[in-house]
Amino acid sequence: MSDIEQIPVTVTVNGKKVQRFVEPRTLLIHFLREELNLTGPHIGCETSHCGACTVEMNGMSVKSCTMFAAQANGAELTTIEGMANPDGTLSALQEGFRQMHGLQCGFCTPGMITRAHTLLKENPNPTEEEIRMGIAGNLCRCTGYQNIVKAIQYAAEKLNQPETQEAAE
Amino acid sequence: MIPGEFTYHRPSSVAEAVAILVSHGDEARPLSGGHSLIPMMKLRMAAPEHLVDLGGIADLKGISEDGGTITIRAMTTQHELIGSDLLAEKLPIIKETSLLIADPQIRYVGTLGGNVANGDPGNDMPALMQCLNASYVLTGPDGDREVAARDFYEAAYFTALAPEEILTAVKIPTPPAGHGYAYEKLKRKVGDYATAAAAVLLTMNGGSVASASVALTNVADTPLYAADASNILTGSTLDDATVASAVAAAEAITDPASDGRGPAEYRTKMAGIMMQRALARAADRARS
Amino acid sequence: MNDMTPTREQREAALEGMGCKRKRVEDVRFTQGKGQYVDDLKLPGMVFGDFVRSPYPHAKITKIDATEALKIPGVIAVLTAEDLKGVNLAWMPTLAGDVQMVLADGKVLYQNQEVAFVVAEDRYIADDAIQLVDVEYEELPVLVDPFKSMDPDAPVLRPDLDGKTEGAHGPRKHHNHIFNWEVGDKDETAKAFAEADVTINEMISYHRTHPSPLETCQCVASMDKVKGELTVWGTFQAPHVIRTVASLLSTIPEHKIHVIAPDIGGGFGNKVGAYPGYICSIVASIVTGVPVKWVEDRMENLSTTSFARDYHMTTEIAARNDGTVTGLKVHVLADHGGFDACADPSKWPAGFFNIVTGSYDFPAAHLSVDGVYTNKAPGGVAYRCSFRVTEAAYCIERAMDILAQKLEMDPADLRIKNFVKADQFPYQSALGWEYDSGDYHTAMQKAMDTIGYRELRAEQKAKQEAFKRGETREIMGIGVSFFTEIVGAGPSKNCDILGVAMFDSAEIRVHPTGSVISRMGTKSQGQGHETTWAQIIATEIGIPADDIMVEEGNTDTAPYGLGTYGSRSTPVAGAAIALAARKIRNKAQMIAAHMLEVSEYDLEWDVDGFQVKGNPEARKSMKEIAWAAYHAPPPNMEPGLEAVSYYDPPNMTYPFGAYFCVMDIDVDTGVATTRRFYALDDCGTRINPMIIEGQVHGGLTEAFAIAMGQEIRYDETGNVLGASFMDFFIPTAVETPHWETDHTVTPSPHHPIGAKGVGESPNVGGVPAFSNAVNDAFQFLGNTHIQMPHDAWRIWQAAKDLGAHG
Repeated sequence: MSDIEQIPVTVTVNGKKVQRFVEPRTLLIHFLREELNLTGPHIGCETSHCGACTVEMNGMSVKSCTMFAAQANGAELTTIEGMANPDGTLSALQEGFRQMHGLQCGFCTPGMITRAHTLLKENPNPTEEEIRMGIAGNLCRCTGYQNIVKAIQYAAEKLNQPETQEAAE
Repeated sequence: MIPGEFTYHRPSSVAEAVAILVSHGDEARPLSGGHSLIPMMKLRMAAPEHLVDLGGIADLKGISEDGGTITIRAMTTQHELIGSDLLAEKLPIIKETSLLIADPQIRYVGTLGGNVANGDPGNDMPALMQCLNASYVLTGPDGDREVAARDFYEAAYFTALAPEEILTAVKIPTPPAGHGYAYEKLKRKVGDYATAAAAVLLTMNGGSVASASVALTNVADTPLYAADASNILTGSTLDDATVASAVAAAEAITDPASDGRGPAEYRTKMAGIMMQRALARAADRARS
Repeated sequence: MNDMTPTREQREAALEGMGCKRKRVEDVRFTQGKGQYVDDLKLPGMVFGDFVRSPYPHAKITKIDATEALKIPGVIAVLTAEDLKGVNLAWMPTLAGDVQMVLADGKVLYQNQEVAFVVAEDRYIADDAIQLVDVEYEELPVLVDPFKSMDPDAPVLRPDLDGKTEGAHGPRKHHNHIFNWEVGDKDETAKAFAEADVTINEMISYHRTHPSPLETCQCVASMDKVKGELTVWGTFQAPHVIRTVASLLSTIPEHKIHVIAPDIGGGFGNKVGAYPGYICSIVASIVTGVPVKWVEDRMENLSTTSFARDYHMTTEIAARNDGTVTGLKVHVLADHGGFDACADPSKWPAGFFNIVTGSYDFPAAHLSVDGVYTNKAPGGVAYRCSFRVTEAAYCIERAMDILAQKLEMDPADLRIKNFVKADQFPYQSALGWEYDSGDYHTAMQKAMDTIGYRELRAEQKAKQEAFKRGETREIMGIGVSFFTEIVGAGPSKNCDILGVAMFDSAEIRVHPTGSVISRMGTKSQGQGHETTWAQIIATEIGIPADDIMVEEGNTDTAPYGLGTYGSRSTPVAGAAIALAARKIRNKAQMIAAHMLEVSEYDLEWDVDGFQVKGNPEARKSMKEIAWAAYHAPPPNMEPGLEAVSYYDPPNMTYPFGAYFCVMDIDVDTGVATTRRFYALDDCGTRINPMIIEGQVHGGLTEAFAIAMGQEIRYDETGNVLGASFMDFFIPTAVETPHWETDHTVTPSPHHPIGAKGVGESPNVGGVPAFSNAVNDAFQFLGNTHIQMPHDAWRIWQAAKDLGAHG
């Protein structure tokens, strides 16, 4: 090991506060995957183009392959592992992806859903164009995006009609 | 793709950051949004021994206007630029340009200061700042100095910024209400640098151009302020012949690389087309 | 029956069998980030391997010194070719009958070639060590242009083949020549050309590209020295083949090798082959005794593990004045890079390129393919493609447009005139294939009517006039593509991989309570096999799909199969599944007869059980029969309810489709915008229409990318350009067009359920539709052929060359 001292990184991930000592050069994606065993966020391109590593940090979607864990010190992080409803059922977005066939190999899916989650918080009623622009930082090699757009529309509709949803349940 | 080792610093003030830079000289690099520097570090094309994260300096955030000058602090993100009501009203070209930079995730963390300071000719904000005749506040051990955006860029990744200085703010003269503007960017896909792009700012007086300013992105190893083209347009009625001669003047100063975006000849021509289209949209907006 | 008794329709719906849009079972874990991909795997003591790579495309290696690297704490070993020679693994055989360096043995043949393998405690230390391995190179002249490979003074790329005049596929005529492959009747074809009214001759290139799944290639190898057993988890589209190859290479007995392909993040052909990373990880684990993980990065993926295409196809068609085609002559120059590592069935050096007669009734045809070496990465994988059918479809579909232009005929009409007719099936092609079924005229008519083809042509004509008058700078192209694919490799008479026939397999076990586990020799990389395989079984044996678990990818438990690529899963494994299920149903019938005390011939199948003919009240459901199979089977019958089937298909299947692309092009920037894209596919029986549509969307998006800019480029000195997602064109949601899908159904007559496979059709048919649209747009300005890829600057260049910029 090197002479450079490890530094403490404290973050709240999916509601749980955790602290680890890491090399300063530790990338956030490796911090999540290797230190915290949160393997939902994936590594696809390593150059911040594909978005498979997307997580939510303090309400923003970020690419965790192009950020040091140290930069996230003190932050609130949400990963795909924190997306399900509190009762463990699939969230509206997760359900939308399943209903609309918005995924195939599943590798981009965690980043895609995490990004869409933040998008819908900022814009609960996006147009198709806004959805396409909103997920343009996430590459998918399988679906051609058309059904991902539908999945996000499905979720937006669900989230905008909580009463109807409850009535149906 | 793993960066080399470094010592991490997270100062909470500009003075503290400058002090770290002073003590480590060339071995230190400031880190803002990181989406230019970190990929370079992962490729080991950059290997700073000291990384100075500016993310903890609250003083480097914010957008304000005072006496006809809009000041944007360096660590203001593109996402914040897009969401600013002040800019939407006074400088809408900044939102238009910001939306064409990278992708949503990168715009959350990419900063104006990082975009203009690192000297990457592919970045969009430098040409826009030249178009707007902005100046950069550079803070070093001896305090602040201001350098005009049009004088800041020397070559690719070489700028007037000294190793112990930090670019702390961008000052932009507020253009008159009713000005015309447009940023036209040709790119292969979202997330790409421009094949060529052009920023245009116009004011009209009756049917003729009262002032014009044109700058170009990614068609030389620095951003280009198209002074001749701007002068040709000023005073004209934007008739076809004048526009053609201004476009020719702008194309003449380009010196693009041939790369995956196309050969140099194409990129020069695209700079002209982008300028022409930006001009047309700016003129429409100015008249309306 | 009381009111609670479900109707027949309700019972059928409850099965979620074939034909229904069943939601995918995989999605429950994938949407929660609970997929298990290779890099998610952590084993106690696991270390990390990474490559030192060559910056030069062609060079001698004069020194490799790892002294400084080994001084870094945490660096365990640095393997070179010399170390691999100790275990006879410095070179490995390729699927194409060539040999390939695992680590550079004295020289390198392409940029980024693997030179040394660093093993370290983690990936950070490994990357540090790579920087410190000192390699000295002596540069050699570089060969980039395949057209210069066989020049007399071309540099010798492969001194290891010195004096070898015979390759795996016959005589070699030059030191950089790999093979020549000829098919068809040369004399008959020459005669057709001699007698032709009209001929065309065009060199049509299909550029080098890459499958580039979002997950790169990766593995974990773990050698248990005490048991003498090797376990390898990896991104394997064909896990059993990997096990056999690993056994042959390592001499570890095959039963002591466990190959496991967990969830795979897309493959598209990239994950069929065996790569140096796998071999080095295995050797490193044998050497160190601990598990070794190797994960390539994106640049490594794009620049080393398997390109696709790179075919240069000189294409000639002979025809009569009325448009009837009479002969086809194609010569292909195939750029294979430094080693011939094509992933084709072993006897097929150019895959199934001899499907190049396409959907047309050519009475005579002749094909000749020459493979050559260059200083580029090896590969030649089938990128969402059944072994060069993509290249063949592009070749013929582009050429038919060029012929139509010469004849001044509409390209759709020319195709219709020459289609193989429905009553000609099974159809024997001039280049040796027997097409199983098709109804091309019906499909084409439906497509043309839906898209409004004649109206679009009228609009195009008006736009061309407006352009000529200077009223617009936008022109319009209509791309027509009517492809015939050949998939389902394959019949053992044609197809093997290293001698193993290309059958596939299924095992079904019905448990006493009526639920099922089923395993296949295939391996999904996103195709949704866990969902669709269960649907086939559900329909065949009347057990709800939700009660059927499908498991793939573990060579210890799955029956031997050749894996998933070349759209072979449905045609081959899909048939094995249906036949295994029918074995179960046959046994179930005997058990039901015993239970109902009737002859089995008195029973008939009804959705989810057997009933007595004429007395449907007397019935036994599969669930009851399953219990009986374990509880009280008929006397003299073995208990249990299981079956295995190995299926050797009698023929390939031949899916087809009609694709139309409507494109608007900005002449001044070269930017092309796809206004409409309509895809009609006929893949025979449709198992899950939702998944079919998803496959078509995905394949069309790949076709769009390939046609419009996705390219692995080399500069003239052999540097690979753009091996990152900045330059390698993967479209985002913004660039990707909207897709319209449609279908006709012409079942395969020889397949148990009539299904043909669909995953690759959209890539095969999509590329010519896009390229034809671009070419069509410029035809009125005198264009004959613009080479792909059609990125903006190349379109602009074409426009300029045609005088469209004034």
